[in-house]
Amino acid sequence: MLRVENLSVRYGAVAAVRDLSLSVGQGELVALLGPNGAGKSSTINALTGLVAPSAGRIVLDGQDISRVRTEDRIRAGLTSTPEGRHIFANLTVGENLRLGAATRRDARGVRQDIERFLALFPVLSERYAQAAGTLSGGEQQMLAIARSLMSRPKLLLLDEPSLGLAPKIVVRIFDFIGQLKAEGLTLLVVEQNARQALRFADRVYVMSSGALRFDGLPSGLADEHGLLNLYIGG
Amino acid sequence: MDYALQQLLNALAFGAEYSLVALGLAVVFSIMGLVNFAHGEIIGVSAYSVFLAAALGLTSPIVAVLLAIAAAALAAIAFERVAFRPVRYAPTTTGLLTAFGVSIVVQNLFMLLISPKPQSVSILNGLNQMWFFGPFAVSSLQVMELVVSGLTILALVLFLNRSTLGLAIRAASRDFATVRLMGIRANRVIATAFAISGALAGIAAVFIIARRGSVSPDLGFSLVLKAFVACVIGGFGSLPGAAVGGMLLGFIEVGLLVALPQEYGGFKDALTYVIIVALLVYRPEGLLGQRVELGDKEI
Repeated sequence: MLRVENLSVRYGAVAAVRDLSLSVGQGELVALLGPNGAGKSSTINALTGLVAPSAGRIVLDGQDISRVRTEDRIRAGLTSTPEGRHIFANLTVGENLRLGAATRRDARGVRQDIERFLALFPVLSERYAQAAGTLSGGEQQMLAIARSLMSRPKLLLLDEPSLGLAPKIVVRIFDFIGQLKAEGLTLLVVEQNARQALRFADRVYVMSSGALRFDGLPSGLADEHGLLNLYIGG
Repeated sequence: MDYALQQLLNALAFGAEYSLVALGLAVVFSIMGLVNFAHGEIIGVSAYSVFLAAALGLTSPIVAVLLAIAAAALAAIAFERVAFRPVRYAPTTTGLLTAFGVSIVVQNLFMLLISPKPQSVSILNGLNQMWFFGPFAVSSLQVMELVVSGLTILALVLFLNRSTLGLAIRAASRDFATVRLMGIRANRVIATAFAISGALAGIAAVFIIARRGSVSPDLGFSLVLKAFVACVIGGFGSLPGAAVGGMLLGFIEVGLLVALPQEYGGFKDALTYVIIVALLVYRPEGLLGQRVELGDKEI
């Protein structure tokens, strides 16, 4: 579904991502792991088009989208839940969900989807008319993922869904991610929390210092020392 | 009583006009971080469109009002397309200088193509009459300014709270990149904000023409400075702040005019700014602005 070929991202003289190639197949959950500053978020931002890659190709469903604007990539079925959640704090929970569906024209389907997420996350239902900024971190993460799903994406990129959350909440978030995979959604999950990310992953990539260090099955990373070595570049 | 009522109406009418123009500045600033000092020239384009249409034989005041609003909205969209879009991602000072540049170019176009001197426009004079309510005589224009501004603000609030594009504008005021991640086109959000800003300026232009009965190349400039001050009082970028700041500025000005003895009337502006400075010492972020601590990161 998604193929990234020789992607590089530079910020001035700094190379954040170097010659990265990866792929995500239909219905797969692929984990992209790596320490802070490895270039994971730069990769995601290049995939959504918020930063322009300095080299490489991004192919979605056989179409080269490297030069396509962010808005049109979302319309093509690729959506990302950004790092730090970025819910619209000054809008209500309901308004956040409605904006997530901004590209859709079927008002009835949108209402049904909103009701589905409210049933799934009762706390969002309780806070429906309240400013989203009043939610707790975990609730905001659930809202952010639900908002991304409102556009009915084919491929969802999740950037650090565990960031800043209590371990119990992280487990719940990943339970939900596993459920999304079971429903047939294709996912690329960027994480520092390797243990959670590997629970449902079909395949895993590990980055550090902007380059790919590992590409294979989660079982290949089972040895934690192996992962540690990859993280610190040993 | 009559005097007090008259002054109250004065304050409300001035305040309403400042609010309209200040909202126009704020709606663009809130999403782009651009202080559009060419906003006065949007009022100018609107006023000169009415002048030209009247010179070409237009006589219907209703058509003139619609023309004023449409011309202002189109001018705002054109300014964005031609001047502000190329510098959208440049530092804010670049945007500010661009706005001043647009302002100077357009003012000079009015001077070169029409005349540096004020031109008489009488088509909207009918809006400015005296209405008698029992013993009270009030200016119809002032009543209309108040009512129309109120309705306009209500319409704006409904738009921003109900429509998807309105929600996107509110969301973009905090986090433009994430609005794009919703698949909402940045260009459309920005063009809409400019169109709203222009329509608000067009409504203000109608009132200016009706009151003055003439147009001149710099007619919007001093009003935009006042609107800028109103935005600062209310908290820059906050839409409710702009409306409240505009009203407050109207009340401060008229209040000082009433309170000051005739021979000190010249101190009105100076004292207005003293009051505003005192206000800002007390609340540097403005009345309804948000305090941003250095180093704060919104997650």
